[in-house]
Amino acid sequence: MTPVHGANPLRDAADRRLPRIAGPSGLVIFGVTGDLSRKKLMPAVYDLANRGLLPPGFALIGFARREWENEDFAQEVHDAVSEHARTPFREEVWQQLVQGMRFVQGNFDDDDAFERLKSTMQELDKAQGTGGNFAYYLSVPPKFFPEVVQQLKKHGLADAPEGSWRRAVIEKPFGHDLESARELNAIVHEVFAPDQVFRIDHYLGKETVQNILALRFANTMFEPIWNRSYVDHVQITMAEDIGIGGRAGYYDGIGAARDVIQNHLLQLMALTAMEEPASFDADALVAEKAKVLGAVRLPKDLGAHTVRGQYAAGWQGGEKAVGYLQEDGIDPKSNTDTYAAIKLGIDNRRWAGVPFYLRTGKRLGRRVTEIAVVFQRAPHSPFDHTATEELGQNAIVIRVQPDEGITVRFGSKVPGTSMEIRDVSMDFAYGESFTESSPEAYERLILDVLLGDSNLFPRTEEVELSWNILDPIENYWDKHGKPAQYPSGTWGPAEADEMLARDGRSWRRP
Amino acid sequence: MKIDLTDTTSSKINKALVQGRRAIGTPAVGMVLTLVIVTDEENAYDALKAANEASREHPSRTLVVIKRVSRSPRDRTTSRLDAEVRVGADAGTGETVVLRLYGEVIDHAQSVVLPLLLPDAPVVAWWPVNAPRDPAKDPLGALAQRRVTDSYAAEHPDADLEARAGAYTPGDTDLSWTRITPWRSMLAAALDQVVCEVTSVEVEGEEFNPSCELLAMWLADRLDVPVKRSLSSGPGLTAVRMATDCGPVVLDRPDGSLATLSVQGQPDRAVALKRRETSELIAEELRRLDPDDTYAAALRFGVDRLVGPADAATAQDAPEPAAAADDPAPAQEAPAKPAAKKAPAKQAAKKSSSKAAAK
Repeated sequence: MTPVHGANPLRDAADRRLPRIAGPSGLVIFGVTGDLSRKKLMPAVYDLANRGLLPPGFALIGFARREWENEDFAQEVHDAVSEHARTPFREEVWQQLVQGMRFVQGNFDDDDAFERLKSTMQELDKAQGTGGNFAYYLSVPPKFFPEVVQQLKKHGLADAPEGSWRRAVIEKPFGHDLESARELNAIVHEVFAPDQVFRIDHYLGKETVQNILALRFANTMFEPIWNRSYVDHVQITMAEDIGIGGRAGYYDGIGAARDVIQNHLLQLMALTAMEEPASFDADALVAEKAKVLGAVRLPKDLGAHTVRGQYAAGWQGGEKAVGYLQEDGIDPKSNTDTYAAIKLGIDNRRWAGVPFYLRTGKRLGRRVTEIAVVFQRAPHSPFDHTATEELGQNAIVIRVQPDEGITVRFGSKVPGTSMEIRDVSMDFAYGESFTESSPEAYERLILDVLLGDSNLFPRTEEVELSWNILDPIENYWDKHGKPAQYPSGTWGPAEADEMLARDGRSWRRP
Repeated sequence: MKIDLTDTTSSKINKALVQGRRAIGTPAVGMVLTLVIVTDEENAYDALKAANEASREHPSRTLVVIKRVSRSPRDRTTSRLDAEVRVGADAGTGETVVLRLYGEVIDHAQSVVLPLLLPDAPVVAWWPVNAPRDPAKDPLGALAQRRVTDSYAAEHPDADLEARAGAYTPGDTDLSWTRITPWRSMLAAALDQVVCEVTSVEVEGEEFNPSCELLAMWLADRLDVPVKRSLSSGPGLTAVRMATDCGPVVLDRPDGSLATLSVQGQPDRAVALKRRETSELIAEELRRLDPDDTYAAALRFGVDRLVGPADAATAQDAPEPAAAADDPAPAQEAPAKPAAKKAPAKQAAKKSSSKAAAK
């Protein structure tokens, strides 16, 4: 084994114990006092450090309006970490992190604040050796994006010194329709090169979602039946049991379809339906996903094949819940959807004629996200009708969250003297085995940002294609009717059940 | 739940496993491997505890093979197998069978274990202490794809490492190697950040700690430069000093938890490098079940080719590596010298170490 000169001789592709450690770098979080930052980002940074995946001298800069000193910020991170981190708190890891923590106080329109940010970054380059590599995490409402991005440009913070990088991380929503998404992209891309912009869709950071690709392309037993000859239809569900909580300001006017279907569900659909990528790198993946999204066909009669709803007062899991229109800060005449179900087709050889039903909603029966691939019935059954009366359709269900895993449902003989066949399910419990140490989605995604690995981030074209799919539906909804009401704690409005009944199908109870 | 079986057989144990699973209402679990722990009564508790913790990440069937000592000739001629079957909360996320072997059956432990292996799933054998000289040829080791030993627990770690190198079969691995993964990744990360050629290395750590030797051999193998092994009072590894053509790169951990990385021209940085629990080591070990070629290469490099602290005394007649050992900062002159050919260097080092041993 002669070391290769020029490359790091300690690195070896065959040495698979060595984890990918991010190079010298720092993370700047705008809106660091927010919920996401406290519950997800700071704990994820700590967990990464605890797993030894952050570079020595990693820097974390918080930017917010609050009057904090560096120590207050460190205390805040400390509290967030001890409350929400996945891995146990260890003093020496904390010591490593705390040396690189800084806080910059200011408004987004405050030029001085951005100058202070700049000098803080330069100070960190000297004190911590971050080498000018910084990622800006915009954990702020989208209306502030243009301002922050412009400020970064104005103060030269977006220009990476020679040999280093500057990256922008943005959270959904990526606009509220195609036009606004394009505007947003234009604003961000004016300052950051497209390959330096990372759009976080935390679903893609989940192990189960990455496992869809492993399941489909590393095995032989699923792929041959993964097409219109065997699949009857696909149901993709993301249900939440909570209401809008304190997010009235954000949620009203956006709604379930824009909040969830546009990004999470269409991404899950793309991963379920796409062809095998030529390789597992970002370009090859995005090419296949874009092909599927581009081939999506909307139903002709949007009224018959899409449903939107609003939760009404009811009981959710033993607790009384108010209706959407009665929530604080919601216009009692609001037309915003808290439930959306749509039917899509994919016009290609593999999927022609196979409907994909996507649904999402708040205040549904329980919190669950799953992809159910439902197969056709056997073309002929040698058993008589009474024997198979109880037999449903075979299905493969990818449970994304919670209780991550895969369920296969098939028929089996009920023990006894008569021939009776009933559904049984076979479970692969990802959760049971790997949750304890399987990383949070944000850990994976933040590490990928620092490494510059864009596999798990939707690209501009995917975002735009997704809006292309959703916009006609939203336009139709704006002009026709009102959201159907459904009692909190149920599985959505009766109209959604009728929508599937028209096709001779029914929703799974997830 | 726990089922005790006295004077039993593998098939009765299998029945008890099914019975136990039914009783706790989980007829199937997604166990991914069988872990066979071969140990004595003294170490069984700790090893099993570590394995149960690791099973959170790798749900497995854990078979603990305890060979009991027979004190009288009469005991040695009789043979008996006792088993304790644990499922559910008592056994981490999998199933555990503690097997106690008395008398003759001790020499035929594989006949007990074979029927209890999970179908199709990989088998890992782990000897927390007293590993056989040639794990792959051991009757229990032969059942396993992966054989985990621990030189740290050996009486003479250096000799143990040499024996491991001699008997290495793909699939062998050692917890002393697992222990240094964080060091290796931090050193690799440190070299990612500089564009320098390393000219010599010093690995400093406590005596009788094979992890230091393994780290030194890995560095020597990868970097192809003289590597000196020096002693400190620990805990564990305490420092790695790399001399490069653009100044020293030092990773220093005096207290066993927080290390400092210093690179010439860059600020010192704190790095958390905590010594890890056995359960974490086992969990890492179970993550990959393919042969670890890097370990093989480091192991085969040979302990005798390192420049040891004892060599310094006899350094005069060992030209190349000794020069590095004598000189605390050989960075400036080392590149000027003709590169040491591997073979003579090895001979020289061998000579000096055998002399040192003779003393």
